[in-house]
Amino acid sequence: MNASDTIIAPATAVGEGGIAVVRISGPQSLQALQSYFQPTAEKEKLTSHRLYHGLLNDQYGQHLDEVLAVYMAAPNTYTRDDVVEIHCHGSQQVVKAILTLYLEYGLRLAEPGEFTYRAFINGRLDLSQAEAVAQLIHSKSESSRQLALAQVEGQLSRKIFDISKKLFDIQVLVEAWIDFPEEELPVEDVHRIQDTLNRFIDKIQIITDSYNSGRLLSEGASILLVGRPNVGKSSLLNCLLGEERAIVTDIPGTTRDLLEEGLTIGGVPVRLVDTAGLRQSSDPVEMEGVRRAKEKIMSADLVLLLVDGSALVNEQDRYAYEACQGEAVFLIRTKADLDQVADTSFAVFPEYAISTKTGYGLNQLRLAIADYLLGDYLPNSESVLISEKRHHDSLIACRHNLDNFLTALKAEQPLEFLAFEIREALYHLGQISGQTTTDDILTGIFSQFCIGK
Amino acid sequence: MSSYGKNYDVIVVGAGHAGCEAALASARMGCSTLLLTMGLDTVAQMSCNPAIGGLGKGHLVHEIDALGGEMGLNIDATGIQFRRLNMKKGPAVRAARAQADRMAYSARMKQVVEAELLLDLKQGVVIDLLTEGGRVAGVRTREGLDFNARAVVLTTGTFMRGLIHIGLHNYSGGRAGEPASEGLSDALRGYGFIVGRLKTGTPARLAARSIDYSRLERQPGDESTKPFSFLTERIDRQQVDCYIAHTNERTHQIIRDNLDKSALFAGVIEGIGPRYCPSIEDKVVRFPEKNSHQTFIEPEGRNSAEMYPSGMSTSLPPEVQLQYFRSMVGLEQVEIMRPGYAIEYDFVEPTQLKPTLETRALPGLYHAGQINGTSGYEEAAAQGLLAGINAALGCREQEQLVIGRDQGYIGVMVDDLVTQPTLEPYRMFTSRSEYRLLLREDNADQRLTELGRMIGLVSERRWQTYQQKREQIAAGRHLLQENMITPANKELIESLRLGELRNGVSLEALLRRPEISIDRLLDICTELQKFSAQALEQLEVSIKYEGYIKRQMEQVARFREYEEIAIPEGIDFFQLQSLSTEVREKLASVRPATLGQAGRIQGVTPAALAVLHIHLRKLQRG
Repeated sequence: MNASDTIIAPATAVGEGGIAVVRISGPQSLQALQSYFQPTAEKEKLTSHRLYHGLLNDQYGQHLDEVLAVYMAAPNTYTRDDVVEIHCHGSQQVVKAILTLYLEYGLRLAEPGEFTYRAFINGRLDLSQAEAVAQLIHSKSESSRQLALAQVEGQLSRKIFDISKKLFDIQVLVEAWIDFPEEELPVEDVHRIQDTLNRFIDKIQIITDSYNSGRLLSEGASILLVGRPNVGKSSLLNCLLGEERAIVTDIPGTTRDLLEEGLTIGGVPVRLVDTAGLRQSSDPVEMEGVRRAKEKIMSADLVLLLVDGSALVNEQDRYAYEACQGEAVFLIRTKADLDQVADTSFAVFPEYAISTKTGYGLNQLRLAIADYLLGDYLPNSESVLISEKRHHDSLIACRHNLDNFLTALKAEQPLEFLAFEIREALYHLGQISGQTTTDDILTGIFSQFCIGK
Repeated sequence: MSSYGKNYDVIVVGAGHAGCEAALASARMGCSTLLLTMGLDTVAQMSCNPAIGGLGKGHLVHEIDALGGEMGLNIDATGIQFRRLNMKKGPAVRAARAQADRMAYSARMKQVVEAELLLDLKQGVVIDLLTEGGRVAGVRTREGLDFNARAVVLTTGTFMRGLIHIGLHNYSGGRAGEPASEGLSDALRGYGFIVGRLKTGTPARLAARSIDYSRLERQPGDESTKPFSFLTERIDRQQVDCYIAHTNERTHQIIRDNLDKSALFAGVIEGIGPRYCPSIEDKVVRFPEKNSHQTFIEPEGRNSAEMYPSGMSTSLPPEVQLQYFRSMVGLEQVEIMRPGYAIEYDFVEPTQLKPTLETRALPGLYHAGQINGTSGYEEAAAQGLLAGINAALGCREQEQLVIGRDQGYIGVMVDDLVTQPTLEPYRMFTSRSEYRLLLREDNADQRLTELGRMIGLVSERRWQTYQQKREQIAAGRHLLQENMITPANKELIESLRLGELRNGVSLEALLRRPEISIDRLLDICTELQKFSAQALEQLEVSIKYEGYIKRQMEQVARFREYEEIAIPEGIDFFQLQSLSTEVREKLASVRPATLGQAGRIQGVTPAALAVLHIHLRKLQRG
């Protein structure tokens, strides 16, 4: 673990609470903040330990969010390095956008517990405190850590361990060929190694693919309701929620802002987001809502495009339809209890007819949403789900090494490079299963802390 | 006791492969040096196979040479068959190996030692050390003489309480026909050292004229030989052949029928033998499904009447040895000239050493070679060189030399020795190195010669050779970048089979293609023809595998971070209350020099390392 670069991570649990805090620590902290933060009160210099209100813009000058930001100069900070905290809206999308912005800027995503690690390294915690923490870590021995891992993440560590073991066997074979050229070693069929590896690449792929489901299950999916004003978005929202939340009136455009509500659909935590009605308008308040809605369409896991089944399709519907092109969309025909006159044959999306008045089609819609979100993933005791980005990244890196290995094998590259790739593949897996290699030792123990704590 | 009178800077005990390098290094660094050996006729003796190099070992020899040691020059001068192994398996795992003329190897090394001005070679058996104020102050010999010195390097090989086993008979001896050294290991125990016992073995030597070579597979040397030393330009010597023979079911039956007569299997031997070099009876018992084992029959010298059958070490009685050899094709009439035997000897647990090879218990005392639980001439020589360098640096009151795991196999070996308890004789393999791609034979000089120069071991000639190679590599790189092949160059494109070329391409980019070797570019860029083969090889490797090398360097950068956090020598590990007793004891016994090293000690948990890290921070802050 490098302790000298600048790291970033959410300091609050994602998807809970109205405000999220993103923390940055390291020498580039201030520079990183100043690059994208536009304080409301123009100041030449940000004073340390003072909270500023302003806008966070992305690299193209687009507003990401309205935030409060504080810069804290070393050493009076949590990590004793320069620290920046950005308090943004508690939406997962916003947090993700900020993280993405700064990762592209060149900051590194913190390993779990890395802020605490830095606090240790920089001596902010004194020996007695540190030893107390160490005792805690100590009591959670490797075996109980493994147990916790198994509980938290199903059978992930066992699966990874199995894969590691097989890869290790291949490594042993390759190393033996290298180090004992004059011994009569079994001549392993190259195709068998290829087959074995392909099998494990598939296994790794399945686990990697579970990240989306795993992430949805742990962080929740975002579903966006889109449609022209008064098409019945708020009614559907309320129906799914089972209680009145959004302000429902007959006046088009009543729902001015994004409303987020959490619920569970088919076991998947879902955040339903109601948008302001999507229509071309000159009302500045509404225009802002429309702009936001368009952005939301891009980042939602699923969009429900609502069309009034009892009315003819008009310009507004077409407008909303166009805005949804290219995204994951269900077309919902509302007001199925009335005479159906809308011609939606132009749409290429899966179509569902519902009535919020009679409840018609709602269950079917729920099932379809759950099916879509979970994809091929069928929850059972044998499945492995990953929900941490760190695990996902390690698996991708491992997979990359194995692909390289196979390419090198096919191209009859020297054995040494096969060994190189497999060593690195094992190193990456080791970052998940907590093996002690030369490097991930300290990283390993601190991984039992939450990110950003 | 009488004192010899003359005061030495450094005394080296034992004139094997470790001792010779240690003594030469010390003397060449300007320290008056005494090399004491039990027998003046067995300097640099090859007790087992008559060969130098191989995987990991060839790498060590190149490193010894780059630092200014003697082994590479000695084998270049006395080798009778040269081969490079693994030529197709990658640049870093290519390794040089040579058969030596055993007598010539020993004779030449003795001459070099004798010719060294500040070096005295004397016969004597050391039975104890002299100490003064907690430091080593010299040695005492069985003959009643005290020799004083400021530093002592012990390289005792298999001699300390050596016990030779042939069948169920055993007798005291340091090597066949030579007495053991009694008393010294007891004396070391008296100074508080933990002394253990290891075992190794050697096969019988066969009479060359009793072998039917027409029935064996011939194994010639390489057509063009590549020297070990960066100073040797070429080796123009008639090479000799080795031969390959095989055991068969009958051989194995004879061995199985006589296991009760093997010292190893009868439970007579307490020392632990190496897994990677099992005796023939071990192989037969452990791999019953294998119905044949191969053996290389290697000549012991150009004019020697003896042949060495590799992989056939044993502790079976001589009559059984003869019986099983004669069961093999081509060896039906074979005569044994010396029987094979197993030997047990004392070693001193190397976790009691600093990474400089100085003992922690007795400042000024260094250990190198088999006394540290290693096996192999090259491993011994590399340690001898490092111990000799540090003994001399110590006398000059200069900072000690530590070689990192990312700098050389010497560093990998010493780090392994001082952090891992010895479970079997330690031998070098390339897989022991995490940063193998950087630790190649071809670049050993680029890694270590500047270090050798700083210490004062690198001669003017070596320095010039090194710099010339460096310059050629830099110039060569420039040439390859500047020279382009354009689509108009149809003939060239055809002959290199480049296929369709849309834009011009530099020779450097061409060289990155797996099928293009640097040899094929020599005609295109004729300036390269004046460069040495060594420079060209390294140039090729550094360009062709640049991507991998870069990735390896990133790994090294991660490794370096913990390696550079030093642990002060006087630290009291028992003060760290939150560590388990077991971990505290482990740390206290190994006494790691860096945080990185502490992490490599088995049983030191990540949590323990965190506590240690914080403790170090606090110490640093005061």
